Amino acid sequence: MSESLDLHLASVETSLDNPVLPFLRQDRIPHIWCPGCGIGTSVNCFCRALSDSGLDLDKVAIVSGIGCTGRTAGYLNLDSFHTTHGRAIPFATGLKLSNPELNVVVYSGDGDLFAIGGNHFFHAARRNMDILVICVNNFTYGMTGGQVAPTTPVGPTQTTMPYGNFENPFNLPFIADACGATYVSRWTIYHVRQLAKAMKEALGKKGFRFIEVMSPCPTLYSRRNRLGDGVDQVKYYKEKSVIKNGVDTKEVGLGYQGEIVVGKFVDRERPTWLESMNAHYSHHFGDAFQPYGVKNGQD
Amino acid sequence: MKADPKGVLTGVHFMDGDHAACEGALAAGCRFVAGYPITPSTEIVERFAARIPKVGGVFIQMEDELAASIAIQGGVWGGQKVMSVTSGPGLSLMMEHLGYAAMTETPSVWVDVQRGGPSTGLPTLPAQADMMQIKWGSHGDYEIIALSPNSPQECFDLMIKAFNLSEEYRCPVFLMMDEVVGHMTERVNIPSADQIDVTERKWTKKKPGEYKAFATTPEDLVPEMVKAGDGYRIHVTGLTHDERGYPAMDVPNQAKLIPRLLNKIRNNVHKLVDVRMDGCEDADVIVMSFGITSRVATAAIDAARAKGLKVGHLRLIICWPFPVALIQQLARTAKAFVVPELNMGQMVLEVRKALADVDRKVKVISVPHPGGTVHDPETILEQILEAAR
Repeated sequence: MSESLDLHLASVETSLDNPVLPFLRQDRIPHIWCPGCGIGTSVNCFCRALSDSGLDLDKVAIVSGIGCTGRTAGYLNLDSFHTTHGRAIPFATGLKLSNPELNVVVYSGDGDLFAIGGNHFFHAARRNMDILVICVNNFTYGMTGGQVAPTTPVGPTQTTMPYGNFENPFNLPFIADACGATYVSRWTIYHVRQLAKAMKEALGKKGFRFIEVMSPCPTLYSRRNRLGDGVDQVKYYKEKSVIKNGVDTKEVGLGYQGEIVVGKFVDRERPTWLESMNAHYSHHFGDAFQPYGVKNGQD
Repeated sequence: MKADPKGVLTGVHFMDGDHAACEGALAAGCRFVAGYPITPSTEIVERFAARIPKVGGVFIQMEDELAASIAIQGGVWGGQKVMSVTSGPGLSLMMEHLGYAAMTETPSVWVDVQRGGPSTGLPTLPAQADMMQIKWGSHGDYEIIALSPNSPQECFDLMIKAFNLSEEYRCPVFLMMDEVVGHMTERVNIPSADQIDVTERKWTKKKPGEYKAFATTPEDLVPEMVKAGDGYRIHVTGLTHDERGYPAMDVPNQAKLIPRLLNKIRNNVHKLVDVRMDGCEDADVIVMSFGITSRVATAAIDAARAKGLKVGHLRLIICWPFPVALIQQLARTAKAFVVPELNMGQMVLEVRKALADVDRKVKVISVPHPGGTVHDPETILEQILEAAR
């Protein structure tokens, strides 16, 4: 047996012991993501976060919209919902409110959450709906072939910006902060440990929590703009990332291949929508009101 | 099972159709509503918002109808019975999620208090012009059930029936009201909870591991259900899917799934006939109507009978699925159908379609109306006289 085959078999054996495997629907592998795509890396971090969180996984539900990242729900071995384009957040809102014991996570892409779904993001954050939103931001519409997104920086070529993008992009952490999110952080898929840690921390918090994950799309975004492959993008993340915890989110907008500010920007407490409703009606109706979704006096 | 007394406002009331519809939903066990204000349906959600804190449940006003119509579906998979309520442009915005509910077999009740259209149209005035939109408005092939009340009492009664049918067939069920029925105030008798039958969700008795979320048998095309949080680790998608709920985007899976979604309704069309017939057995002319138009038609029919004509009245309670076999049976003896409706001729197309397979020549007269008010009974009478000629 050759040495390389030995090594190969050893790696197969290792992969069978992979600690994230129990979190995946193994009968759905292989996944659809391209070589060099960062979504899988983010999912790996999420699985580690779930593993470290100590949460009862029967009570964790994942909701995705449409797009490459929107396929995440289908690969995770949780109660999982692949909804319509842009509407993962309102679906998650209904799921959480009808069954408050669930820990509900929305996992979707930048186009899904901030173009077609933008309005829902603003309002769920404003209401402090008790959900965690993870946005994998690859600056493009991958599933449909590389069209301009509300996150695309000024400059790069997209199929619907064939001479380079001239629209101003969103600064996602700033939006989340301004709308009232209780937790806002950004990491890249280079920062696997920090990302897994942030996901675990956010899973343990209440209220509307938001994590932006910068991720390469080598097939469409990088290749079209001659930025190399997935590894080249990760090198860029490594070289140009600056950790600035607690920095004003106004300052964390992303330019084309420019500096990337990462870190935890917001961590605060606000009553969730259900807590506000229960408190308000308890005050208004007194003992005639039975708090909703509360077990043994605990939320 | 019987209704939960907490949601049942037993007694004799004087209330409008919108409020009666809300009470019907509460009696049926609806405990989660996501809505968005739009005339003339808003009173339904206003009442729900006021009543639900005392009953136990949640109302949330969403940011638009797109959000409302998908939030209710999250509510279903969290375990609740749900409803969303809209009118006019709001219904147009809900069309994508109607398809999602059909594809994912999410039991849900959709209330459309019809107003004049298209577009913003006549926000405060009646129409019955959404009958084809609910049937065909979402892309792809799907089936729904639709009921049409003509009084506040029926808004209450048929709302309960709508909830029960949505659980039985796991499909979207529409309560097709209109502005007049919604805002008309009449006596509404709400019985005690032990007199109200409600259909429980089709919960599975299988254990995690042996349960497949979308598996059915040839005898029963409606899958058993679970909710998130019960340990089944289900996957639900609007993509074409297999019995496990996993995406399976190929011809064999499409060829298996889509006919099943249609046939779970179509195979039961005979069970889903709900009509009121008055004098149809020996009628020369049959007036087919639904909703508020049935009350105007009654005046025209009485006037025609006073002239000695044999006129029957066929009122649709369930409009979709359309009672094709019944129309064909009536066409063995009737000479003509007269179809008044507050639109430019929608359900009359179904009568014509049903009669295409009938050998006898049977006249079909449409009595259209662009909406904004109800028909003048004289207009319907004229067409009955024309039909009898």
